[in-house]
Amino acid sequence: MLRVDEGELRALVPRVLAGLVRRGEDFDAAEDALQEALLDALRVWPEHPPDNPRAWLAAVAMRRLIDARRSEAARRGREEVLPEPVATTESGDDTLFLLFCCCHPDLTPATQVALTLRAVGGLSTREIADAFFVPEATMAQRISRAKRSLRDRRLDEPGDLAVVLRVLYLVYTTGHGGRLDLAAEAIRLARQLTLATDEPEARGLLALMLLSHARLPARLDSDGRIVTLDRQDRSRWNTREIAEGVRVLQSALAEQRPGRYQIEAAIAALHDDAATAAETDWPQILAWYDDLVALTADPVRQDPAAVLGRAVAVGHVLGAAAGLRETERLREVLGDRHRWHAVRGHLHELDGDPVAAGTAYAEAARRATDVAERDHLVRQAARVRADQPRSSAGSV
Amino acid sequence: MPKYLLLKHYRGGPEPHRAVPPMDQWAPEDVEAHLAFLRHVAEVLEERGEYVGAQALVPARTWVRYSGPDAAPVTTDGPHPETSDLVAGWYMIDVESHERALEVAAFVSGGPGPGGEPMYEWIDVREIMG
Repeated sequence: MLRVDEGELRALVPRVLAGLVRRGEDFDAAEDALQEALLDALRVWPEHPPDNPRAWLAAVAMRRLIDARRSEAARRGREEVLPEPVATTESGDDTLFLLFCCCHPDLTPATQVALTLRAVGGLSTREIADAFFVPEATMAQRISRAKRSLRDRRLDEPGDLAVVLRVLYLVYTTGHGGRLDLAAEAIRLARQLTLATDEPEARGLLALMLLSHARLPARLDSDGRIVTLDRQDRSRWNTREIAEGVRVLQSALAEQRPGRYQIEAAIAALHDDAATAAETDWPQILAWYDDLVALTADPVRQDPAAVLGRAVAVGHVLGAAAGLRETERLREVLGDRHRWHAVRGHLHELDGDPVAAGTAYAEAARRATDVAERDHLVRQAARVRADQPRSSAGSV
Repeated sequence: MPKYLLLKHYRGGPEPHRAVPPMDQWAPEDVEAHLAFLRHVAEVLEERGEYVGAQALVPARTWVRYSGPDAAPVTTDGPHPETSDLVAGWYMIDVESHERALEVAAFVSGGPGPGGEPMYEWIDVREIMG
């Protein structure tokens, strides 16, 4: 008996679905029909492997659609209405077309993510629900509401690639921890996207994901504790992913059309390139951060994360005090976020001021929204406070 | 089998049996011991088939109320009297009896604090309605 390769099966999803939607089928109904066809495939293929899996899926999904339409027509006591055939141009890639549908600017980010994972990633509602720690019924509802709201939208216009990139990056960053590796899924989708468009930012995003994913094996120790970049065991970094990331990044940069993902990937590449933390090329990293903050007119408000990252680089190149001064500009915008306090803790430490560092880390811990991160920040506070002459525990 | 919430508090509850400073002021080895204990609690509960879930809450709190059909919700982020209860998180367990729930709560309460001595932390035990 043949085992169905679920990866291969899922890779067919966007092409089959795009074919149905391009033929004029309703996105919502087509997606439902395809999900049923996928379940059929898992059941039938082990005994009867198809000659042409893509054609098989398309045919079964089409049959499901017709069945659904017949019963709907019967229920309403009306003639079956066939959809108007839409004059479709086969220009553009199926994946890209579907990503534009799922990342429609009218949908909320959480919905764009869920729909992308299902319609482009071919994941089941159950898998997506698990990844976001919500009940399956909740996720099913979120997805069907999203599909309903797409019903009256025109889907044949070119979408906004910037939104697609943001959605994929969101999938990547939410991606660790759950049973399903969303980070790996985001990389798979980004890779598909780079085959569909020459836009260098798509390659920049793929490179950024690869170059940071490469460090993932060293990010947690055996007890699940967070290990910061400067203390990671660099021999555990994935050199294959780094090599691919650098290659993809170079091909993007060669286009001479820089953007935020290419720049962030370049910064990640410089970190990956350092054999030890001490060998990190901070001046180069600072130069890239200068480019990054130059992308927006008012970086403090429009891209505070970039300004914060730059402050760290400033701290390493021009001294901790200069870095701390940079963070001051962000106090109003980020002063209530744990990351701002954590960065200041790091810079105070660099400055040789364990008292201020301890306070900043403790403030960061109080604002952390993730248990692993909170525990890490509590440890940082305890560590720097232990390095100074101990006052009697329990006072303060 | 009844289900219980074992609630931990940032503040509130009976007079503390032992005054303990915030964990960021502990010695690093005491922090490690306590965090290891928390992992151990979850493992023990899972092993015994009693674990349902555990969740921690961020200390920041906002009170909200309805303020009429066309008005934005009324909120207040404080100040709140320092004595008001503030839940820090909970374990949800599914156990044989009320006695077992108390036993688990006492186990959680005895986790190591500064100097490796037990915390003697008050745990709020609440039965969940079926």
